[in-house]
Amino acid sequence: MPLRTRRPSIFRPTRPVDQGVLSANRKLVDDVNRRNVLRGAISLGALTLLTGCDVSEEEPVQRALRTVSAWNDRVQAAMFRPDHLAPTFSAAQVVKPPRFNAYYDIEDLKPVDGATWKLELAGRIADKRPWTAEQLYALPEQEIIIRHVCVEGWDYIGQWSGPNLRHFLQRVGADLTAKYVYFHCADEFTESIDMATALHPQTILATRYAGETITDPFGYPLRLRTSTKLGYKNAKWIRTIEVTNAFTETFWSRQGFNWFAGI
Amino acid sequence: MPAGSVKSNPGHERRLHPLPVRIMHWTNAVAVFIMIGSGWKIYNDDVLFGWLHFPDAVVIGKWAQYGLQWHFFGMWIFVLNGLAYLCYGIASGRFRQKLFPISVRETLATVGAALRFRLRHDDLTHYNAVQKVLYLGIILIGILIVISGLALWKPVQFSELASLFGTFQTIRLVHFLCMAAIVLFLLVHVALALLVPQSLVAMLTGGPVVPGTATAMADGADVPATGAP
Repeated sequence: MPLRTRRPSIFRPTRPVDQGVLSANRKLVDDVNRRNVLRGAISLGALTLLTGCDVSEEEPVQRALRTVSAWNDRVQAAMFRPDHLAPTFSAAQVVKPPRFNAYYDIEDLKPVDGATWKLELAGRIADKRPWTAEQLYALPEQEIIIRHVCVEGWDYIGQWSGPNLRHFLQRVGADLTAKYVYFHCADEFTESIDMATALHPQTILATRYAGETITDPFGYPLRLRTSTKLGYKNAKWIRTIEVTNAFTETFWSRQGFNWFAGI
Repeated sequence: MPAGSVKSNPGHERRLHPLPVRIMHWTNAVAVFIMIGSGWKIYNDDVLFGWLHFPDAVVIGKWAQYGLQWHFFGMWIFVLNGLAYLCYGIASGRFRQKLFPISVRETLATVGAALRFRLRHDDLTHYNAVQKVLYLGIILIGILIVISGLALWKPVQFSELASLFGTFQTIRLVHFLCMAAIVLFLLVHVALALLVPQSLVAMLTGGPVVPGTATAMADGADVPATGAP
């Protein structure tokens, strides 16, 4: 005799199901044949034609989708591991030159004149004196060989170097408890990142690629390169760095792309 | 036992597809529809196979950002509903009862019978071996598509997980192949449901009442658990 009787789950039927189920469908089951399978497959194909309409742009739908996207921003911020380093790679894996990406084609690029260019500082920063390219390029450099992940799905390994953003923000007396760091760019592009990402050890103001000064298509004279965001968050041709607590939509988030865009 | 004792408590009548299963089935149908359609839109922006672009007519979202918005909205429904389904299936004993044991020989025999349209349907409440393999397989694929999706979404935050797959493009490929497997499953699943419309109705109404369960629950200890033939 067993010591313990196994009690069936309360969700489990203890008796077999009524076989009337079968008799009710007997004719249909017998009727399953090649012709009907083909007919069913054609109906199924026709069904796919009904999905062509796009409701995404309708105001209430877009509002709901953007609400979820904003919720996803918060989830991603909670998931962010401030000290967790992204995988790094060897110099042999670096793709040269890097892949161009912007909101326009490479032919429409307007290069920045490094000789007259100055980096402006704004917002919650104590020392707002502008920086020349020469001054910035003289700062200690950090090199990272990391994966660039584009929201479209492609990726490549890039070798970036330049001043560490955390060190730079400390140097100019930025409020490191502020929420956001904004980058206003020469091509009227604006992107922003959360302060936790700005302070991540693999977030730099890149001035070089594979040891050489970055060229015009890739952000000369100064661009952001962080290992924890999708490609589009990495602002190029930076003109102004602003530290602030006020959230304003950025170039891509205004169009409906996710703002946090963490990877 | 008089039949009236079952009818006296109609609220506890058990149907072929219990209400939680029906709710989760149709929630999942909506979620999978959103995930596949928006996933195809995202795929089109940087295709894995040069010969494969999904036509605009079958993708969800006219522009890339809409496809992404739908995908990262649908993922919550798919994952939360899927977790609820797994918990229910394990806790209720439904998986154990419906999907196990699986025999290789029986599976091959059932495949042979099905291909010759000689499949017997003596007991509709029991899955045949092929159904068991397919339903268990699709659950595992569902889990893998979520895991590969997490690795795609967060290859840095979950770099340990992502490294199990290899390169970033490998993760995309795994995620894509899981989608392809689900689409193949759906073609068969929906075709069969359309062939036997009663099965579609049953997934809405619950299907026929399973007798005896209302009272059996009360004195379940007295009923042998392995009463089914």
